[in-house]
Amino acid sequence: MRSRLEKKIIKSEDFKLLVKKKSFISWLLSSIILLTYFSFILLIAFFPEILGMKISNKSIITIGIPIGVSIILLAFLSTGIYVFIANKKLDLIEKKILKKFK
Amino acid sequence: MINFPAITMFLIFVFATLAITYWASKKTHSRSHFYAAGGKITSLQNGLAIAGDYMSAASFLGISGLVYLSGYDGLIYSIGFLVGWPIILFLLAERLRNLGDYTFADATSHRLNQTQIRCLAASGSLITVALYLIAQMVGAGKLIQLLFGLPYELAVVIVGVLMILYVSFGGMLATTWVQIIKAVLLLFGATFITVAVLWNSDFSFESLFQKAVNVHPRNYNILQPGGLISDPVSAISLGIALMFGTAGLPHILMRFFTVKNAKEARKSVFFATGFIGYFYILTFIIGFGAIMLISNNPKFLNIDGSLIGGSNMAAIHLANAVGGDVFLGFISAVAFATILAVVSGLTLAGASAVSHDLYASVFKKGKVNEKDELFVSKISAVSLGCIAIFLGILFEKQNVAFMVGLAFAVAASANFPILFLSMYWKKLTSKGALIGGSSGLITATILVILSPAVWVDIFNYDAPIFPYKYPALFSVTTAFFITWFVSIIDKSKEAKNEILSFDNQFLQSQIGLRK
Repeated sequence: MRSRLEKKIIKSEDFKLLVKKKSFISWLLSSIILLTYFSFILLIAFFPEILGMKISNKSIITIGIPIGVSIILLAFLSTGIYVFIANKKLDLIEKKILKKFK
Repeated sequence: MINFPAITMFLIFVFATLAITYWASKKTHSRSHFYAAGGKITSLQNGLAIAGDYMSAASFLGISGLVYLSGYDGLIYSIGFLVGWPIILFLLAERLRNLGDYTFADATSHRLNQTQIRCLAASGSLITVALYLIAQMVGAGKLIQLLFGLPYELAVVIVGVLMILYVSFGGMLATTWVQIIKAVLLLFGATFITVAVLWNSDFSFESLFQKAVNVHPRNYNILQPGGLISDPVSAISLGIALMFGTAGLPHILMRFFTVKNAKEARKSVFFATGFIGYFYILTFIIGFGAIMLISNNPKFLNIDGSLIGGSNMAAIHLANAVGGDVFLGFISAVAFATILAVVSGLTLAGASAVSHDLYASVFKKGKVNEKDELFVSKISAVSLGCIAIFLGILFEKQNVAFMVGLAFAVAASANFPILFLSMYWKKLTSKGALIGGSSGLITATILVILSPAVWVDIFNYDAPIFPYKYPALFSVTTAFFITWFVSIIDKSKEAKNEILSFDNQFLQSQIGLRK
């Protein structure tokens, strides 16, 4: 019984939509983070002097500092975006599926 | 020298946490309470607890010390530690919560051979926990010796006994609350130091960095990447270890089972990432504050100009410089509390691997009554605590710096690939997971032994056989490759069934039908 129900859910349009949307947003945000982080790491490995440039003539602060802090903020922001979308959109589809098949 | 304000404040912390443990012990009468606090932790509480697990004494004192020594390089570490979190959220957290009950092996073994996969996961967990625990114990002993003037052995025993009490009586509920209280105290303390540092530089970053550059022997170089990560292979390898290691730490993964459902798990990571990110920004400022305020103050320096107690003491001395003896006492007590909270979480994760994965699932094949399992988990917690005390004392004179690195490497190479592939790759088979995961574990261990940190620093050979400090790039790749290869050549009947049951597991990982 249970397994027939499960097959039905897996084949349903709503479930396919949920999986599609969820994996799109997860992989999109993951690639943004991975890309940003490994570009940063490669920058450190190959061109550390770029991160050592000053942000302006008058300032002592290097661009590496705002870049580093921005990556921290981006990490936090991306989790916020994900949670917002998941709560507002994905959970609704999930609820719909559960309602339909219960 | 005995530090009275520190001891007083620490005693208050111990008293409060023991009271919480007593309260928690009244509520902890089932397996689900012991391992997962009954699933009743809220996402904000869990976010704080996860942040607490992550903000260990090693990361508070270690990273601010690293910034003190080499400036910008400290920030590189912080970023590496932090960026694992979004990835855990996007790819693992919800699926893990939907598939498991108490340990991450619940999720990895969901459609695979229970005996094989639980054994693999338990070995990975126990090795990670043991290495991490030894490193924390030795660090704790030395730190407490320095801060409180207590003998090393006594310090290790106090930490060990308290952690045994928290874990065996209060289970996850007590462990979580100890972690939450400590996280709040640490965030408060670090914020206070940061504001004081900024106040001393007229709330201008320009002047903070200028003053630090003026007194630091490496001058302007502290504002850019330095020699810490010199070659591309090391840089990428460290990046992989930090990022995927986090996603394979058993005591952290276990926290996702303490909340009600996947939605709460998701929100916990959001809060945790916020707290951890904020904390790392603070440690960066604290490190520069230490350069500005204490690196030329003879009160905190040895005759040769190095910091008394080593560079890891930068944040502690800075607390003294900006807040006097009472605040020094507060920060010392918080550092002690931090160690205590982190080792408790580790012990609980280790005990769960023994009782839930090995005893209940492998030894008893899942046919176990709850009382027995609970009893075994408490016995395991006590035994692990005793072993930790023993090893902590044994390793006093050893250099344990490589152990945290190895713990992350094992987590990234043995735990993470199998957890990830079990959820994302339909064709993963038990044989593939077992052989691939073990190969990751063995590769990571051998490469660390042959690396400069052990081969040269501990065995005193002239040159390392493996030239890089971090093995993750090689060991994680090995694990993924062998798991893939063995899985695709595995044509057994079991393998066929495992592949067939992927769809059901996938459905459950997406919408958690049981809940």
